[in-house]
Amino acid sequence: MTSRREQATTYAILGVFSLLALLPIVGIVFTALQDPGSGAGFGRLGGFHPGNFADAWDQGNFGSYLKSSLIVAAVVVSVSSLLSIMAGYAFGMMRFRGSETLFYVILLGLMVPTEAIVVPLYYDFRDLSLTNTYWALILPQIGTSVAFGTFWMRTFFRAVPRSLVEAARIDGASSWLTLWRVLLPLAKPAVLTMCLLLFMWTWNEFLLALVMVSDEGLRTAPLGLSFFQGRNSSDLSLLAAGAVIVATPVVVLYVFLQRHFIRGMVSGAVKG
Amino acid sequence: MAPRLTKVVDRSPGEPRRIGYLYLAPAFLLFAVFVLGPLLHSVWLSLFEWDGVTAGRWVGLANYGDVLSDEQLRSSFVHALILIVFYALLPVLIGLLLAGAVARVQVRGFTFFRVVLFLPQVVAMVVVAVMWRMIYDPGNGPLNETLRAIGLGGLAKSWLGDFDVALPAVGLVGTWVWYGLAMVLLTAGVQKIPRSLYDAARVDGAGAIHEFFAVTLPALRGEIAVALTLTTIAALRNFDLIYITTKGGPGDSTSVPAFQVYDRAFLTGKVGSASSIGITLVAIIFVITFCINRFADRGAR
Repeated sequence: MTSRREQATTYAILGVFSLLALLPIVGIVFTALQDPGSGAGFGRLGGFHPGNFADAWDQGNFGSYLKSSLIVAAVVVSVSSLLSIMAGYAFGMMRFRGSETLFYVILLGLMVPTEAIVVPLYYDFRDLSLTNTYWALILPQIGTSVAFGTFWMRTFFRAVPRSLVEAARIDGASSWLTLWRVLLPLAKPAVLTMCLLLFMWTWNEFLLALVMVSDEGLRTAPLGLSFFQGRNSSDLSLLAAGAVIVATPVVVLYVFLQRHFIRGMVSGAVKG
Repeated sequence: MAPRLTKVVDRSPGEPRRIGYLYLAPAFLLFAVFVLGPLLHSVWLSLFEWDGVTAGRWVGLANYGDVLSDEQLRSSFVHALILIVFYALLPVLIGLLLAGAVARVQVRGFTFFRVVLFLPQVVAMVVVAVMWRMIYDPGNGPLNETLRAIGLGGLAKSWLGDFDVALPAVGLVGTWVWYGLAMVLLTAGVQKIPRSLYDAARVDGAGAIHEFFAVTLPALRGEIAVALTLTTIAALRNFDLIYITTKGGPGDSTSVPAFQVYDRAFLTGKVGSASSIGITLVAIIFVITFCINRFADRGAR
């Protein structure tokens, strides 16, 4: 039905915008591989010097930053996922007084950006002498993560056929066993999507880390990168190498599990 | 026998009831302590003039008055509104362009394009900012070098250091981050439109343009609403990008509310004012989200 010209136009639009999306990212990888000595320029293909990554890793202290990020992300993602599954189960499959109101409160909480709560969070944590600890990075992010996770898991549980749960109950399974033995195997894709999104958001979080942490040893990867830029803006290839190191964990996960990332974010996922 | 029977009857028709609170409690408690609590605390702090150290002074709603009367603050909100054009409107228009094209053509290998288009979404904003600072670099940045190479050297400038272009320059980074999401979202919506609608339009002799406005655009209302909500919230929150690329400068020309929150609370000792900006931001996000979704619902009916 459609003409060859229309087909060509569609591919041209797709091609141009895909290229535009890709170029800066390819550019920074090329920059990271340039000869660090000879006046690097962004995006130029100037040799192959993977040693820049090792140099950035040592000089920029990225090993330590990645470790902090990993610790924070691991705790936030695992705890938030567990609690979100339970809360989503309650909202999606059980009826109790006030459940609607409580759910709306969580829904509103989804729209509260970190920018609006970071000020009191800082002063509260300071009063408890908890700034400059992992707790200051972990606890607030669990708070925002469970809001999204609960919302996400509730959507999943609402779509599960009720007959399944009733059958389990007739067999005498408790609500706890029903959740873990009957429902969770079905929920695996939804849980994986949730974990990936939470991991990405936690890994990429910047403002909270900037405010809460001043110890070098606690800095997360994005925060470390911003400090590395401050110290090192003259050496382009090292800075580019540092940036690539920070972005790589999430990008690698994305390349292998893109379906989950895209499905999750296209559904309108936001986190405070 | 009888007691047991009543117990079974009691349990079987509905779901377990009070036990729901137990499942909900841990998540809700953490949410309440680390999101709701700070939000209310922020409202409280916004009623004071406080430097974070000495005793605060009650000022009522004066900090909110400043949002309108303080030149620096008012302009930061105006900048946020301008950024909505770059973060939300432009990406959705680009997305619609593609959605309109895909509606008429079977695209092979769309999965590949989708993965590439979506890539900027998963790169940490701090990395994006570092990257674009290099691209915009007035000396050896590829943007100026390209302009010089094609004989447009007169257009080369300090993109992030120029009072007039710094804000649009930062805005275009937002466009770059978000148009992929808009494209993927809207094309997914197009694929759900029944083919019969297009066939009917074609029987009536509709061309590509007419078909877009008669069939594609109305059917995409829901997807457009989701895309606009996500991107508008991103534009209003926008802190990382500003902090890394311009720190609000030159002057205050790229200062945005989220940056003012940070600057006032942690650098210049105006904690109350910072809190009032944060609360105003939340209010604006609520109102915009509500309006966009109202618009989408009304269309669906």
